[in-house]
Amino acid sequence: MDQLVQQLINALSLGGIYAMLALGLAIVFSIVRLINFAHGEIMTFGGYGIFLSMVFGFPPVAALCIGLGAAVVMALAMERAAFRVMRGADVISLLITSFAVSEILKVLFQNGISARPVPISFPSAWSSSYQIGGMTIGVAPTASIFVTILSLGCLTFVLRRLAIGMAMRAAAEDFDMLRMLGVRANRVVAAAFAISGLLAGVAAVIWTAQRGSVDPMMGFFPVLKAFIATVLGGLGSLGGAVLGGFVVGTLEVLTQAFLPDSLTPYRDAIVLSAVIAVLLVRPDGLLPARSGTRS
Amino acid sequence: MAEARDTILEVDALDVRYGPVRAVRGISFEVAKGGITALLGANGAGKSSTLMAVAGVVPVTSGRISLFGQPTTKATPDAIVRSGVGICPEGRRIFASLSVEENLIVAGTAVATPQVAAKRRAEMMERFPILGERRRQLAGLLSGGEQQMLAVARALMGAPRLLLMDEPSLGLAPQMVDTIFSIVEELQCEGISILLVEQNAALALEVASHAVVLANGEIAAQGAPADLASDDLLKSAYLAA
Ligand SMILES: Nc1ncnc2c1ncn2[C@@H]1O[C@H](COP(=O)(O)OP(=O)(O)OP(=O)(O)O)[C@@H](O)[C@H]1O
Ligand SMILES: [Mg+2]
Repeated sequence: MDQLVQQLINALSLGGIYAMLALGLAIVFSIVRLINFAHGEIMTFGGYGIFLSMVFGFPPVAALCIGLGAAVVMALAMERAAFRVMRGADVISLLITSFAVSEILKVLFQNGISARPVPISFPSAWSSSYQIGGMTIGVAPTASIFVTILSLGCLTFVLRRLAIGMAMRAAAEDFDMLRMLGVRANRVVAAAFAISGLLAGVAAVIWTAQRGSVDPMMGFFPVLKAFIATVLGGLGSLGGAVLGGFVVGTLEVLTQAFLPDSLTPYRDAIVLSAVIAVLLVRPDGLLPARSGTRS
Repeated sequence: MAEARDTILEVDALDVRYGPVRAVRGISFEVAKGGITALLGANGAGKSSTLMAVAGVVPVTSGRISLFGQPTTKATPDAIVRSGVGICPEGRRIFASLSVEENLIVAGTAVATPQVAAKRRAEMMERFPILGERRRQLAGLLSGGEQQMLAVARALMGAPRLLLMDEPSLGLAPQMVDTIFSIVEELQCEGISILLVEQNAALALEVASHAVVLANGEIAAQGAPADLASDDLLKSAYLAA
């Protein structure tokens, strides 16, 4: 029982990270049809933002905020420098562009900072745990679940209640029509990138707070999982991205915790097989994007 | 000078091509201030292409378009709309997954301040009571006629001086067609100039003050609606009325 609750918390915490990364991918994809392979580097950049501001002596909470801001700036810079000129290009050209951006940034991280993990020393309280009903639960995973819920709540508010959020939903449905209402395409696209960057920044905050280090590949592997989550949930569907993220995170934690040692090398293979099995039954994903969307 | 003041839209030797397809071939016409100009023709005649070229949505291959006395050659659709144009495109293209009210909110973001947009939304719901009643409903659940009203309301959120309408009556029940046409006339009375693409030539000629007939991307005839309506040859050849 104790172990199950702990694993559940770990699953929610990891699933939340995947969910936020997958959401960022899905928001950008739904509007500009870009599968942003460089999304992981936005998260990594946020991580280095935290690392560097700690090095320069900022208190931990301020450093986390700077990390968030760094991720947003990176997302906007990426859109401006690489993707804006490619607007309207086909999905494959956009994907290849994002590969290039991803590689360039990874090389810059390796040569500019370090190829190896750099440590971040957060207050020890963050890595402690507390007792509840006789169970020992980590502070960081608990906090990350709250942060995830808060982020998803804020995003829902923006998309449902604010005009810019409505415009983003409209853009996902019919971007050309939105322009025929006088809306500047660049504004909506920039807003989508800013939100995806913010979510990647939140993921970076949670990730570094739990692991205490940053390396050039920090964002790459979680974003791979987030890709799987978006496909599992239904490419371009925001609800699907969140659901997919939690499913992939949960599968990963459960296989880690409960598989016999002899099978642990096959963990990713088992998770992926489960995803493929789902897609065989539901090829459009668990919660497909609305049909009838114009491209 | 007098002409510049009375002409809202001037299309001069317009050519629109899609790769090898010449959809519009050197057409010229004008939309007079305060009038309804009907753009008629059979399927594939090039009506929508002309309208979308005016809106800046499809590129002008050659020729010149002037709106409110300014050439629009390099302008983007959003800039053209912000300069005072409302667009009701072919197929209505309302945002089906947004509510009726959200459709209007989105339509107001770029063309009005938040206060003005809120005021205009209230006006739209008064003018089209059905939209007020269904404000929280998903726009995709509206009937075809209601969707067309929403499309018109959406185009009016920027208080346009020129309204571009592409087949607003298509696929609607006869009674709803009448309603839409009376709305078109009402808007004209309020001083909005209208470029109306229609396949329902008989009705369009009734409301129009000027008519342009396209065939295979070229102008087959243009002039006063009464003259065109009485031309049986023209009617049987180009207007499925
Ligand atoms: N995006 C496009 N790519 C290639 N050809 C096109 C495109 N859009 C229109 N066309 C072609 O251009 C010609 C004119 O089309 P357009 O849509 O302007 O006609 P229309 O008069 O609006 O017809 P309808 O009454 O059916 O709406 C047609 O031959 C059509 O097939
Ligand atoms: Mg047409």
